Amino acid sequence: MTNTIADVETADAILLTGTNTTENHPVLSTFIKRAVTKRGAKLIVVDPRKIKLTEFSDQWLRPALGSDVAWINGMMHVIIKEGLHDKTFIEQRTEKFEEVKAVVEKYNPEKVEEITGIPAQSIIDAARTYASAKAGAIVYCMGITQHTSGTDNVKSLANLAMLCGNLGIYGGGVNPLRGQNNVQGACDMGGLPNVFTAYQPVTNDDVRKSLETKWGVTGMSAKPGLTATQMVPKAHDGELKALYVIGENPLVSDPDLNHAEKSLKNLEFLVVQDIFMTETAQLADVVLPSRCFAEKDGTFSNTERRVQRIRKAVEPPGQAKYDWEIICDIATRMGYPMSYNDPKQIMEEIASVTPSYAGITYDRIEEVGIHWPCPNPSHPGTPVLHTQQFPRGKGLFHAIEYQPPAENTDNEYPLYLTTGRVIYHYHTGTMTRKTEGLNERSPESFVEVSKQDADTYGIQDGAMAMVSSRRGKISVRVKISDKAVDGTVFIPFHFAEAAANKLTNAALDPVSKIPEFKVCAIKISKAA
Amino acid sequence: MTFQNKISINGNTFAFEPGETILEVAHRNNIDIPSLCHLKGTTPTGSCQICVVQIAGRPDLATACSTPAENDISVLTESPRVIASRKNTLKTFLASGNHNCAVSDSYGKDWTELQLKVQKDDESKELCPVWGDCRLQDLAYRYQVTGNRERITEFPYKMETVNPFIVRDFSRCILCGRCVKACREIQVNNAIDFNTPEHPSKIIAKDDQALKDSDCVFCGECIQVCPVGALVEKDIRYHVRQWDTRKVRTTCSYCGVGCQMFLHVKDNRIVKVSGVEGVEPNHGSLCVKGRFGFNFVHSQDRLTMPLIKENGKFREASWEEATNLVAEKLKAIKSKNGPDAIGVLTSARVSNEENYIAHKFTRAVLKTNNIDHCARL
Repeated sequence: MTNTIADVETADAILLTGTNTTENHPVLSTFIKRAVTKRGAKLIVVDPRKIKLTEFSDQWLRPALGSDVAWINGMMHVIIKEGLHDKTFIEQRTEKFEEVKAVVEKYNPEKVEEITGIPAQSIIDAARTYASAKAGAIVYCMGITQHTSGTDNVKSLANLAMLCGNLGIYGGGVNPLRGQNNVQGACDMGGLPNVFTAYQPVTNDDVRKSLETKWGVTGMSAKPGLTATQMVPKAHDGELKALYVIGENPLVSDPDLNHAEKSLKNLEFLVVQDIFMTETAQLADVVLPSRCFAEKDGTFSNTERRVQRIRKAVEPPGQAKYDWEIICDIATRMGYPMSYNDPKQIMEEIASVTPSYAGITYDRIEEVGIHWPCPNPSHPGTPVLHTQQFPRGKGLFHAIEYQPPAENTDNEYPLYLTTGRVIYHYHTGTMTRKTEGLNERSPESFVEVSKQDADTYGIQDGAMAMVSSRRGKISVRVKISDKAVDGTVFIPFHFAEAAANKLTNAALDPVSKIPEFKVCAIKISKAA
Repeated sequence: MTFQNKISINGNTFAFEPGETILEVAHRNNIDIPSLCHLKGTTPTGSCQICVVQIAGRPDLATACSTPAENDISVLTESPRVIASRKNTLKTFLASGNHNCAVSDSYGKDWTELQLKVQKDDESKELCPVWGDCRLQDLAYRYQVTGNRERITEFPYKMETVNPFIVRDFSRCILCGRCVKACREIQVNNAIDFNTPEHPSKIIAKDDQALKDSDCVFCGECIQVCPVGALVEKDIRYHVRQWDTRKVRTTCSYCGVGCQMFLHVKDNRIVKVSGVEGVEPNHGSLCVKGRFGFNFVHSQDRLTMPLIKENGKFREASWEEATNLVAEKLKAIKSKNGPDAIGVLTSARVSNEENYIAHKFTRAVLKTNNIDHCARL
């Protein structure tokens, strides 16, 4: 998030898209709901499903799946045409505005209606509401990123925010919600193939050299590595021989699971380090037991870049160890001794090689976490990013054209499928499905279908249906719901036994390599 | 200090900001005015009458939580009149339901009779499930109040236990409305309300249905704010006493919000989770997963030993053997097929320190940049 969680409550308008916040980030959704109910903020929800927050919204726009660039360009078209853009901000803080202006010129509300199905007048109203707010916040999640056009979608939202001068101010910003406790930290700590800690490129010789010196090694690779979504096909092709998986369950979370399973089985050596015997661990050659969060000291970085402590509350079961301990042990056995007394000592090393964490110490975050960037020990942290300038100096507008999703419906697969989570479960369910009460509330997978689609395909509420795509099929219980739009069904991906990801498309965004989980073509019929 | 904005509390003068209530000014200056129904961040109603104070020259006592500070008024927070009023209020509360905490009455016949009745209602021989962890009990002790009930009556509303998380014990509800405020003004789930606005006798969920059939999403904020034993976690009711546990502050391990939470631990087991109040980012709020989804920690399915697969089956191994095997295999593949034949999936679930170590291991030991995690999934 460019801004903080608390800051969202101070926005005058909130444009919320591709996030079912009340189910996936329930506590954060309270800030949004209070912004509306207590402060009268205008909420615009853009989502194909009738999510809970539509009950709080001034406007609910229901786009066709994968049409985000079109409606965002449409809003910008209206804003520029009506002169509602922030000319001073554009002039002083950004560049290449003219290129965006030229592209969005084509996206008049009528054309956008054709592509997205959103009525032209709704686009105009939403544009006016967002642009005329003193501070307008954009909040989004995987409904924006998990598309073959995901990067384009994010850049388009950044365009929109810059256009209205909504960056670097309180109550504004472009705010992606991180779906996992420490996905922010995993990225910050260099858990990405192209960057070291603090997003320092692996291709930067100075950075690499300095790390080599610090770590006492030579010959580190300057070539960006593979993303998770690239590793799977490389394993399939036999180029990737070994995979070391720490606390991930790709055999439920990856797209096109049948293919993913074949790929992992093709590995010469698979190590899985986890707290449970997950679907992925079952394929492993070696399984290493690790501690869970309640058995660990350390830190997580939340979605607002706040580095916060975790503390050991209970002893681990059996011989389970810290993940860092296990890795250090293996490194040492491979001839590179790694050892630390405790996580605190590791954080000291992190601070020494990570500019944005340089000022973070356990002592400083004992009571309240600090937002990075925090470049030195007396720096208070940075709740709001880009207040003076962007990392590259001026904010860069990107002129972006709408591209349709990778897979479209046809006669054989006439419906769209989109996936997500429900409030009572989390990701692949390995944790939440161990709590009886959560299972009682949400015992099994389901396919959420509109009444009309259910009638068309002869399926009944509560009965089992067969859902198939070009890649696989699952049997799942039918839930007829007014949350669903005609022509699109929803299936949560928590449930391994009816894994939505057997159906999903592994087509990737060309830049971010994110799979298009949010759109694929399926058919549905009564289960035999 | 602006000269106009000053208020006297117990003879001392304090500055205040326009719009501040007497309670806020007092708390800011470490003056303890007790309150019950007041819930920070919500509309004050003054309904419980515990925070009454005496303002010089005014005939009636005023509720500090809902009365704005005014210039030059003189407030007494513990005058004999104030204390008498609080005692009366507490007596009424104590007499209103199954408050069998031993301060409720003297240890005479009445108390025994009450205890026997409550034992029957609760199906437990113990004292109130929140004994020692109850705002009403604290206040009764502070003001040395007992219940003096005239007769023991049957309570009209049955306890609700049909959902997996929350026991609603109406016999202990004092109708302070904190749960309603928490649900409607903080979590904004709008699941519960008073049955009637005028003379409420019950907190209801959607036309007086069970919580599980209402809009309730079991965030449990109502439990956290309940000052008495009306709302209690089902799992620990009568099983765990507050004094048997220790609290460890940590960060929730589910979504990216990073809620600050206390793990309540008894005998090396997490028995309860509560939100840390007064700190960012969640100010005490949690969701159903954070508050109730902790059983996985102590699951029988946890991995406890390294496992090595042989002939398609796992067998237990020592750390020595398992880590040696991994090291040898990775070394062999690295020298035969090159570093880029190895990939590491680090985790959005583990700590920064662990991600850093995984990153360092991949770059410096394996000498590849093939490291990623599930940010994209």
